[in-house]
Amino acid sequence: MTFDSLKAAAALPEIFISLAACAILVLGVAGKKNNDTACYWLSIAALAVTATLSGMDFAAGTVAAFNNLFIADPLAKLLKIAVCLLSAGAFIYGRRYNRARGIFTNEYYVLGLFAVAGMMVMASANHLLTLYLGLELMSLCLYAMIACYRDDKLASEAAMKYFVLGALASSMLLYGMSLLYGLSGSLELSAIRTALAGADHNNAAVALAVVFIVVALAFKLGAVPFHMWVPDVYHGSPTSTTAFLGAAPKIAAFALVMRLLAGGLGDLFALWQQMLLILAILSVAAGNIIAIAQTNLKRMLAYSTISHMGFFLFGIASGGAHGYSASLFYVLIYSLMSLGAFGAILCLTRADHESDRLTDLKGLSARNPWVAFLLMILMLSMAGIPPTAGFFAKLAVIQALVRAELVWVAVVAVLLAVVGAFYYLRVIKLMYFDAPEEQPEAARAEPAPLDARLLLTFNALGIIAILPWIDGLISLCADVIRRFAI
Amino acid sequence: MENNLLSWLIWLPILAGVLVVAAGRGEGERRDALARRLALGFSVAIFLLSVPLYTRFDTATAAMQFGEHAVWVSAFNIHYSLGIDGISLPLILLTTLLTVVVVIAGWKVITERVAQYMAAFLIMEGLMIGVFAALDAVLFYLFWEAMLIPMFLIIGIWGGPNRIYATIKFFLYTLLGSLLMLVALLYLYNAAGGSFSILDYHALKLALAPQVLLFLAFFAAFAVKVPMFPVHTWLPDAHVEAPTGGSVILAAIMLKMGGYGFIRFSLPITPDASIELAWLMITLSLIAVVYIALVALAQRDMKKLIAYSSISHMGFVTLGLFLFNAHGAEGAMIQMISHGFISGALFLCVGVLYDRLHSRMIATYGGIATPMPVFAGFVVLFALANAGLPATSGFVGEFLVILGAFRVNAWVAAIAALTLIFGAAYTLWMVKRVIYGAVASEQVAALADVDVRETAFLSILAVLVLLVGVWPNPLLEVMHATIDNLLAHIAVSKLP
Repeated sequence: MTFDSLKAAAALPEIFISLAACAILVLGVAGKKNNDTACYWLSIAALAVTATLSGMDFAAGTVAAFNNLFIADPLAKLLKIAVCLLSAGAFIYGRRYNRARGIFTNEYYVLGLFAVAGMMVMASANHLLTLYLGLELMSLCLYAMIACYRDDKLASEAAMKYFVLGALASSMLLYGMSLLYGLSGSLELSAIRTALAGADHNNAAVALAVVFIVVALAFKLGAVPFHMWVPDVYHGSPTSTTAFLGAAPKIAAFALVMRLLAGGLGDLFALWQQMLLILAILSVAAGNIIAIAQTNLKRMLAYSTISHMGFFLFGIASGGAHGYSASLFYVLIYSLMSLGAFGAILCLTRADHESDRLTDLKGLSARNPWVAFLLMILMLSMAGIPPTAGFFAKLAVIQALVRAELVWVAVVAVLLAVVGAFYYLRVIKLMYFDAPEEQPEAARAEPAPLDARLLLTFNALGIIAILPWIDGLISLCADVIRRFAI
Repeated sequence: MENNLLSWLIWLPILAGVLVVAAGRGEGERRDALARRLALGFSVAIFLLSVPLYTRFDTATAAMQFGEHAVWVSAFNIHYSLGIDGISLPLILLTTLLTVVVVIAGWKVITERVAQYMAAFLIMEGLMIGVFAALDAVLFYLFWEAMLIPMFLIIGIWGGPNRIYATIKFFLYTLLGSLLMLVALLYLYNAAGGSFSILDYHALKLALAPQVLLFLAFFAAFAVKVPMFPVHTWLPDAHVEAPTGGSVILAAIMLKMGGYGFIRFSLPITPDASIELAWLMITLSLIAVVYIALVALAQRDMKKLIAYSSISHMGFVTLGLFLFNAHGAEGAMIQMISHGFISGALFLCVGVLYDRLHSRMIATYGGIATPMPVFAGFVVLFALANAGLPATSGFVGEFLVILGAFRVNAWVAAIAALTLIFGAAYTLWMVKRVIYGAVASEQVAALADVDVRETAFLSILAVLVLLVGVWPNPLLEVMHATIDNLLAHIAVSKLP
């Protein structure tokens, strides 16, 4: 078996980012002291190069490498680019925050890079082992990135909780995978699909395998009733890490769902569609309703994530190329909005002030009109109010539901979206209609760094400015899904 | 500019809004003054720009004019598609005109965040014109919802003490209705084989059951906007708390979008369901006309009184539309335009008083005619128009609708005609208590009469109220062909 026959070139981005992460780790340990800043910039550069490498030969066909363990199709390439850019964005937003809290260390960024490598492996997995490997690489790095902020009680608690529940979810996934292996005799997704093509839906083993897989996915996505960890982890993690894990891992989760459900278990659609619909409705309902009761912005956004994951599942549950591409579009737009929202919190956070309570936003439009305006756009987009990309994301998903003749589900979804609009509006109300609690001077004394502010501007304005060209993105999603090797 | 006049009318105000905010950034009187002047300049320019729509409009045809078409989102077959007919044209002109009035009305009164205030109205103007001109369902929905954002901010930032409750209620009520409409539009998209063109929907054959459901979904969106009984409760709250300019735009234009929606969507897309459910629409309209008029009679707050009077008058619009005859439909259209002038003017009058004494309570005032004779003249004129006095615009619409109702059912007409009594009762009673009688207090005695600025915007509206009342033909001419076409369209069943 030669190197050529492995077609390792297809995994060039993964290989590059893993080597880069190792190099940065060595540099950080072996080099002179206080080179964290250099490591930070090198990490950003590594992500940029990886994104470029992932985008090369975008239009080329699907390449299966490493004896079908690994697949490089347009979907994987698109997801990898998104993962790299979103992660770089989270790093830029979090720099000042990390520096002020003593977690601006080279380990933090190395862990981040390895997590990105894990997500990229997930995006390209064509085999249960590869998938699991990527998932665990990502998860372990995320646990550690939360625990990095070790002086903070909440962060330690969040890391512990995330680790325990993550391990539980992984074990369920493994159990489901082992059942699949027993049923099909293979760990390769396409072989599983072929083996299960004519499977009897009433067969207990098949159903059990699907249930375990779906439960594990629901855990990872944070869908109700497997969502308990989400608010604690979002709240307890250092905000820079929350920004990181709120954006790119969602893209990876999409890959996980696509490869496993739409790919490997694609012919059992009728079996898992019902489960996903129930999970989705529960998520949108519980997420939107519980979010109203939150007083902490990060917690509120955690519940909002749960409801957005519900919408994402609506797309998947609609099935077919339309449903999947709607979900892909939704998750891309959502991770941009989520990154922006946490980015805005990071821009407001100061060395001595977390600024993550809702009341901290009071009168923001007087203190910091530009950030208030950008956060307003992000909130409106999350609520799905036009003219924002968030509206088109919801439109695509609801359209997929209606097309799949799930009109009543669509009606439930939009009714719950109205409930959701309330707490997004409350953020705008706090920023624009309420008088500030603290003196404006305190905020002005420590403005966010220029690069973070510029990024936030691009991030939030982009959500409106993309509209004339949104056709390109939607078509790209549709095209990528069409060429998804099912 | 010749060929894409509608695009200019939509995007120029939005661009102007951004410019005004940019120019008025920071603090200081000079910045505010600049923002005001820019806003006035732009709003007048936009009004002048909208005049060619009228002069170049072909009244002989019911087809869409000034059309613009371009593909926007090919994946969903969404088009950037604009065009107007005899129903949208008057509403667009009303929008451009009232924006000028609102800018003048907010000139001195608004002292905080002036640039943002002016910009919000300019941006909203563009979005409202977009609603009236959009021929693609998604584009329509986009403008329809986006419009909520500036209004939400206008009420929330510049409103009264209970503004936050009012503005969130306003937003959520409207959003709920709109999202149900969105599902209906997506259903139609799939039923029409992947088209978002509103005109395609007009020609689409539909069985009665889906028609009824679609009708109800549209009803949710438009009835909230009009607003019809029993989903009207957001309106008095929003009106009372909104600043004067917000109330004017809300009453004069936003409410009309409900009526416009019924004309553009419900009637032509689901004609059989409309006929089937006409009894419901007529009943709800009559409840609005009579019951809400009685509610208005009991109000002590002038703004609330006018808000309830708005609901009552809008009842005539929905009543006229669901009579399915030319008198009813034309009456409804005239009523929409006329109500735009009259309710706008009445809210401005309350604003004039509020700016002076910071009270909207009827009891605060009395004998205004003594210190403010010119103002009293205006109020009496608008009040009489509101009560439906012949030779004012208020008479024409109501008269035509009652005439149309007689052809359908004499009882419906008789109940509708009660408004002439109730309307006169609550309006004139308010006028009596506020304008006439003994001077209520020393503060009232010391009131200054309207200045040039206030006279200007009140005169514009007064002239229009009288003009439409005496000579409605220019208005009727424009919409005649479209309404005939609409009625002919409804008369043909769409059942497959």
